[in-house]
Parts: sequence; C-alpha cells; structure tokens
Amino acid sequence: MRASLRSRILVTALLGVLALYFLLPVYWLLVASTKSTGDLFGSSGLWFADFRLAENLVNVFTYDDGIYLRWVANSVLYAFVGATVSTLLSAAAGYALAKFAFRGRETVFNLVLGGVLVPATALALPLYLMLSNVGLANSYWAVLLPSLVNPFGVYLLRIYTEAAVPDDLLEAGRIDGAGEARIFFSVVLRVLTPGLVTVFLFQFVGIWNNYFLPLVMLSDPALYPITLGLTSWQSFADRQPELYQLTIGGAFVSVVPLMIVTAVLQRFWRAGLTEGSVKG
Amino acid sequence: MPATARRRKALVPWAFLAPFCVLFLLLFIAPIGYAVYQSMIRVERTGPMGLGGAREVFGGLENYSRALSDPAFVDSLGRVLLFAAVQVPLMIVLATVLALLLDSASARWPAMFRAMFFLPYGVPGVIATIIWGFLYVPGVSPILDALSWLGLEVDLLGPSTVLWSIANIVTWAFAGYNMLVIIAQLKAIPGELYEAAIVDGAGPLRLVWHVKLPLVRPAIVLTTVFTIIGTLQLFAEPLVLKPLSTAISFTYSPNLSAFNEAFNTNNQALAAAEAVLLALGAFVLSFGFLRLVGRGRR
Repeated sequence: MRASLRSRILVTALLGVLALYFLLPVYWLLVASTKSTGDLFGSSGLWFADFRLAENLVNVFTYDDGIYLRWVANSVLYAFVGATVSTLLSAAAGYALAKFAFRGRETVFNLVLGGVLVPATALALPLYLMLSNVGLANSYWAVLLPSLVNPFGVYLLRIYTEAAVPDDLLEAGRIDGAGEARIFFSVVLRVLTPGLVTVFLFQFVGIWNNYFLPLVMLSDPALYPITLGLTSWQSFADRQPELYQLTIGGAFVSVVPLMIVTAVLQRFWRAGLTEGSVKG
Repeated sequence: MPATARRRKALVPWAFLAPFCVLFLLLFIAPIGYAVYQSMIRVERTGPMGLGGAREVFGGLENYSRALSDPAFVDSLGRVLLFAAVQVPLMIVLATVLALLLDSASARWPAMFRAMFFLPYGVPGVIATIIWGFLYVPGVSPILDALSWLGLEVDLLGPSTVLWSIANIVTWAFAGYNMLVIIAQLKAIPGELYEAAIVDGAGPLRLVWHVKLPLVRPAIVLTTVFTIIGTLQLFAEPLVLKPLSTAISFTYSPNLSAFNEAFNTNNQALAAAEAVLLALGAFVLSFGFLRLVGRGRR
C-alpha cells in the first residue's frame, strides 16, 4: 500500500519526537559520564564540559579495590546461570505439558498459570525467611535459586512446542529406538531453538534488571549485582559527593553493552513470541 | 503392552516435569504457604515486662485487620490503585500506538525507530530511576532549566507530582517492551488479510480499527495483565527517589511498607500480612481482567 507524502511526513515526524523522549535520558547519561563532579552540577546537562570520561571510568573500576568489576561479574553469573538453567527446566516442563497426555496435566498447567500472576516481590520476603532458616540467605544461592523458576517460560514453551514440534518427528524417533531423553535433547531442543532463545533473553534481562530479590537476600556487598551496587553508591552520595560521578559512570558502563545487545538481538525477541505467548 | 512397560511410559512426562515442579513447589508454592502461615502468627511475650521470652501463638486474621486499619498502609493501597488506574491505560495505549505507527505504511526507518523505543528495556528499573532522578533535581536537570527559561517553575518531586514523575519512569522503561509484544503479533497476521481489506476499500484508519486491533487483542490482553501486576508491585522507583523527595515515606507503596516492616521495624508477621494482601489484590485484579475480556469474547 502506498501512503500519501503528507501522512508519511506526519508519522515520521511523530516517531522522531517519540525517539527524542526515549533517547534523552541515555544521551544525558552519556554526556554526564564525561564530566567532573563540579561540572555535573555547574554546567548544562545537554552539552559536554571538560571531557574526563577516561578518568571517570578509571575511578569506577578502581574504587574500593575494584568492587564494581565484582558486581559486573556477579550480575553476569546470576543472569547467565539463572537464565540457562531456567530455560532448560521450562523447556522440559513445557514439552511434557504439550506432548504427553497424562492425569494431572491440566492441574499442573493451571498451577503454573496461577504462578505467572503472583507478584515476584510478594514471594521474596517469605523466601528470605525460609532461606535464612536453612542458612542460605546472603549467599549466591539466595539469588540464583529463585531465578531458576520461570512459570511464564513454561507457558511460552508449552505453546511453542505445540506449534513447532510435529508428533511425527517424535514417533519417528521412537520407532528408531531412541530413548525419551535422547529424543528431547537431540530432536526437540533443536526444533525449539528460536523459542528457547526468546525465553532465555527475557529471563536474562529479568534477572539482570532485578533489584528487589537481591536487596532482600544480600547484605554482603561482595555478592551484590550491579543494580544493588549502584544504588548503594547513590545512597551514600549525599555524604561523599564523588560517589555521584561514580554512580553515573557505573550506570553508563552497565547500560551500554545491554542496550547494544537488546538492539542487535531484536529479531530473537520476536521470533519466539510470534509463535508463543500471544497465540489466542 | 505389558503393565510394567505401560507404567514406565506413564512416568515419562513426570520425569520431564520433575525438575521444574520440585523447584516450583519449594520456591513458589511453599513461600506462599509460609507467608500465609506467618501472617497469622502473634508473638506473645511472657514473664515480667515481657522479658521471659517470646512465644508464637495463632493470631487468626488480626495482622490483616491491623494492616487494614493502619491509615498509612490504606493510603499506600489507594496510591497504587490510583497509579495503576492511570498507568495501565496510558502504557497500553502508548505501546499500541507505537506498534501501529511502526507497522503503518507511512513510517520511514521502522527498524531504527523500533530499536530506539526498545532501548530502555535494557536499562534496569533502578538505574533508569537514578538517571531520571538527576533529570528531576533542580540545578542538574536540563529539563527544569528549559522550563524555567520558558518561565515555568515546576517541582517534579513534590507531594502532588512525584507519583506522576514515577509514572514517567515506568512508561519510559516498559513502553518499548510492550510495543514489541504487540508488534510480534502484528507481524504474524497474514498479508492477504490486509490486501483483502484494502480491496474492499478500507483506508488506513479503518484497517487499524477493524482488522489490526481485533487481531492483536491477545497481545494487548497479555501486556495489560503484566502491566497490572507490575504497577501494583511499585517499589524500586519510590525507594531510589526517596532521598530526593520529602514526599516519599516508607509507607509510600504497599511493597515499600511490607519491606519496611520486615527489615526496619522487624515485624515479620505484619510484613507477611501486607505481602499477602498485595499478592491477593494483584491476583484478583489480573484474574478479574482476564475473566472480563474472556467473557466479552464469547
């Protein structure tokens, strides 16, 4: 369909204005990360002053014996391990719910669906008490374990499996004498790859962005993910003004790679969704 | 098939389900049960002046009535309900409009704009709040500078404005994500459907209203449910903005209040009751919404 020139100009101009809104805070962060603490409060937020990006970054990475790098490593650990394991568990459960008829199937599925509607923050407080009873609070496990359960992933992968994995394929494998585990790992997982990538990415970003769970669980700064680390800097900044600049520099460093990844991997964000979540 | 083989076959789906189900029971169902149990406990002190030790006894629903008769907690419930009543429609309309604009034949460079709108999803909510916090503070914020140059003096962190400053952060962070879910469904619509509608003489607006919107309905329902649950959990934004705004207290949102009871005043039972009330509210509203749209469909 051809659109008139007038409507093209109008729509594109509107998109441009909206883009300014979404980019403004990122642009401000970029400019602010190059400034000294003095210029942060004394110069216009929209343009560069004395350019000190390198110095600021050195400060971010060396402050407090390089604790920032430790937070980055922790975030990567929580998000990568959590997303990998939870995606595999969701795939196995989604496959069982999609391709086997057994008693209790709908009960399990309805419980999982109910789990999607439970706010994660309501679980965090009782989980903290439970984990501290068994001595696991304030440990890597306290953040990792709850990140392994992703009911929405099970839901997505059940629907994705129904649409993407033909029954004939499974029957062919069984006739060839392949065991059930082998069929799952070497046939089903391969067919499910686009859906797995989508579920992995959502869970990865979900864990990476999570704040409430680590805040409740952790008291040792050496275990903090970036979100918790940066807010701890920010909360001390009124007493130690150089922490303003560290917070901004640290936010800048943490935000840039993830934004590039979300932009580059957009294709995958959609791939699984088209077949999955939003099916009638 | 012999009976043993049949029994073994019946176990196959459970073997695939087991790892997830065990963790789901331990880390999802058990905490809910534990929170409900905790919310019904009363700690009784024995001995002279309560120094003889503490004893936990069954207190029934008294923690709930205590939470619901605390004006600060009731205020916080009202605040998130007001917040959700504005934020949910705002978010869904904006996400739908963004998706439809990008999908329309009039949009130039849709891939580039889509990437720009989706960008904030890669920024954790607390970091988005830290950044916007700087943009709300007089003396640092270029937005306030520009407004005051125009002769407008606004306080974005005052008692009547800070909730909407938070709404702006939430909108900025999640509109692109919701947009993407709706776009995914728009892309799944077969092209012939559009062609048929255009042959029938439908203009772009009628195409949107009569073809596209009905077809992306499931995506809109899904994003609405997640937005309802998300907005009721309001926590990180007010906590991070708290040092900047005197309008934000520890009872600003129900979640903040429960967190405060658990970690600052050490009243786990009251915290549990507040968390259960919040989860119940989220469940009732999201489930109620699903029932409502489910009925409209049949």
